[in-house]
Amino acid sequence: MKFKSLMHKVMGAMLALPLIPSLAHAFQAAPAHRADYNGWTPHEHYDAVWHETMLDITVLGVVFAIVTFAFMIMYRRHGHGERGKLPHLSGQAKIGWVVIPCMLFLGDDLFLYVKGFDLHNHFRNVPADATEVKLTGSMWNWNYVDVNGIDSDNELVVKQGSPVVLRMVSDDVLHSHYMNRYRVTEDLMPGRITWQWFMPDQLGESVVTCREYCGTMHSGMYGKINVLSAEDYDAYVAEQTASVPAVTGVASAATAADKI
Amino acid sequence: MSGFMGHEPDGKPGQPKTVKEWVFTLDHKVIGVWYLIGAIASFIVAGLAASAMRIELGSVGPDITDNGDIYNLWLTMHGAVMILGFQIPALLGFVANWAVPIMVGGKDMAFPRVNAMSVWLLWSGILLALMNLVIPDSYNGMWTGYPPYSLTDAVGNTALYSSVVIILGMSSVFGAVNLACTVAFMRCKGMGWFQMPLTVWCVFTANVIQLIFVPVLAASVLLLSLDKYLGFGFYNPEVGGDVLLYQNLFWFYSHPAVYVILLPFMGILFEIFATSARNDVFNYKATVWSVIAFIPVSSDVWVHHAYVAGLPDWLRLLQTFTTLLISLPFGLLMLSLTGTMYRGAIRYTGPMWWAVAAFFMLIIGALTGIPNALSAVDYGISDSYVIMSHFHYVMAVSGGMAIFAGVFYWFPKLTGRMCNEMMTKLTAAGFFIGMNLVMGPLYFAGIEGMPRRYMDYQMFADNATITSAHHWSTIGLYITFVSALLMIVVWLHGAIAGEKATSANPWGSQSLEFTATAIIPGQGNFPTPVSVPEGWHPYNYIDNPAPVFEPHPGHTGGHH
Repeated sequence: MKFKSLMHKVMGAMLALPLIPSLAHAFQAAPAHRADYNGWTPHEHYDAVWHETMLDITVLGVVFAIVTFAFMIMYRRHGHGERGKLPHLSGQAKIGWVVIPCMLFLGDDLFLYVKGFDLHNHFRNVPADATEVKLTGSMWNWNYVDVNGIDSDNELVVKQGSPVVLRMVSDDVLHSHYMNRYRVTEDLMPGRITWQWFMPDQLGESVVTCREYCGTMHSGMYGKINVLSAEDYDAYVAEQTASVPAVTGVASAATAADKI
Repeated sequence: MSGFMGHEPDGKPGQPKTVKEWVFTLDHKVIGVWYLIGAIASFIVAGLAASAMRIELGSVGPDITDNGDIYNLWLTMHGAVMILGFQIPALLGFVANWAVPIMVGGKDMAFPRVNAMSVWLLWSGILLALMNLVIPDSYNGMWTGYPPYSLTDAVGNTALYSSVVIILGMSSVFGAVNLACTVAFMRCKGMGWFQMPLTVWCVFTANVIQLIFVPVLAASVLLLSLDKYLGFGFYNPEVGGDVLLYQNLFWFYSHPAVYVILLPFMGILFEIFATSARNDVFNYKATVWSVIAFIPVSSDVWVHHAYVAGLPDWLRLLQTFTTLLISLPFGLLMLSLTGTMYRGAIRYTGPMWWAVAAFFMLIIGALTGIPNALSAVDYGISDSYVIMSHFHYVMAVSGGMAIFAGVFYWFPKLTGRMCNEMMTKLTAAGFFIGMNLVMGPLYFAGIEGMPRRYMDYQMFADNATITSAHHWSTIGLYITFVSALLMIVVWLHGAIAGEKATSANPWGSQSLEFTATAIIPGQGNFPTPVSVPEGWHPYNYIDNPAPVFEPHPGHTGGHH
């Protein structure tokens, strides 16, 4: 009797087991502090988490589909009078078939949650040296004004390796600024300021689209981010500011603490 | 009250005879058929809109239109009509009305006149929605109707949108009260709560969710109209309103609405799986509790629609966790469905083909939902084709296929005739292959960055993944289109010239609508009031005692 009750406790404790390795692994994989980023950018981090999530759901789906498919083949009806013979579950088995799967699902949820938590912090903590750009969305145009006062429509030119934070507002309806290469979306609203940041690490152009339905020309609302090397960028700034009046303080280099 | 108006049993099996009897009916089964006709009509309208969009997206540049307003009108009609006109009425109208009262052994719904009013409201709503196609300032603000766009003149007739939503919402609430009372009070003698078929449980729970959340939706669109036409400022930032308030109110209903669709269609799958495998539902009681668990859990998932809408960061993280929790009851339901096959004796009838196909689509659909729930992963895929593909898999395709499975399953009870089995299987296979080809490649287009609701994608013209995904997807459309058309032909042929059903129970179910009624049940459903003996269970295929007919017609029955 005593042994049986002890066994029940051990079995009960084992139900929580799937939670431990998933949490442990997730926290271990998540460095607590990543202030200098060391070349590890949010979109690369995103891709790593994305691939893990895809692997996770693929394994789950394939296992589930294979088991179901096997049952479909194995348990075909042979004779006219044949009946199903699902075994009668004991009370404990009934509870076990609820609690154990739930623990497994919860374990997987927590594993992914912690991964996502870390990635979220990466996306939502702006580096101290980020350059600020003011972005105004309107039907159907993206207007960028950078620290040098360069005002451009539907094209943002930035320097390679220098993080950029966009401070965003909308002139009319909702828009949503999505940078394809940098895997980040955030809505623009009238009456509220929102922000997003990214690390332009590769030279060249990438696509910007609008991801919130904004009327007739919604699909015509797109632009690009153009990443230049430091020398090219300086030349670009010199060329642009030569014809532009002095900076009027529209946007200023901001510290992380200054963010909204 | 008697004759065609009444819900008093007349003992005669069969359908109403005259047009008057059809139109002014109070019989829950005829009302169920009206819901089904409305749903199928909506499916056709919304399907044509989808086809037009799909063809337009077949290649970069204009294919059949270059007018953004026309495309946006198709998009708005497609979303609104598929959800509010097809899915919800097919499940909470047709299945709830036609099947549930018979499944619990009742002679009708609790309030037959309210029931008739619900279906009339549905038809009014559908006709009003269709007016959008002919009025000059048609509404193009998507089915979500987000302000501030929906407060501008460019959006068209916001009042029409609000009215349609409120009328369909009233229809849902009347239906939900009626159905909840029917399940609670009209069950036949001997039937306890845990002796109800899972379809009944699922529809019941879905209606409880409707009762809680539909009024919130009605309020949210009512405030929208007040804002636009009377100058109130609930959502208007220019006068101190908050656009996020609308998103919160709207999704507070509209995400639970996903489970309003999901639960009943899973109920249909349980019915068909158990019947075809002649097997008990795996862990029946736990399955019922999982279904009930959807009520509280579904109430805390709405925020993931606003992860990228400028919400506070702590709320994104908190709601990521509560959203992930839905995987627990859902996972248990999937486990029970697979478990129902374990050691079963499965016969692959036409409805079973549709049900199995829906089940496999559901696996894909459900699992692709996990990335959406994670706030940080959502930053990269929000409002992209990843989302579009996910919810089409889970709601449109598996939901639609389960609905069609249900129509094929109850078809002999509706018409007294059988559908052609081979054609039924062929359409199921065609739909399965076609829809996978439509939605599968688009998932990968979404990963590459394809945004939702774009009528063109010239910015991605040099992205081979996106352009070829659209190409294959459009080919998939043609396969699906032919299959859907063929399916409707199979129904029409079955109803008019199909082989006559020789048995009232062609699939070998243990549920009352098959074991205790005529081939086509008449008014009052059962010749005399029915009761179930002790030990009876809808999924006992081995030694189930037969239902008992009470000797006294007019006895109202009751429940223990």
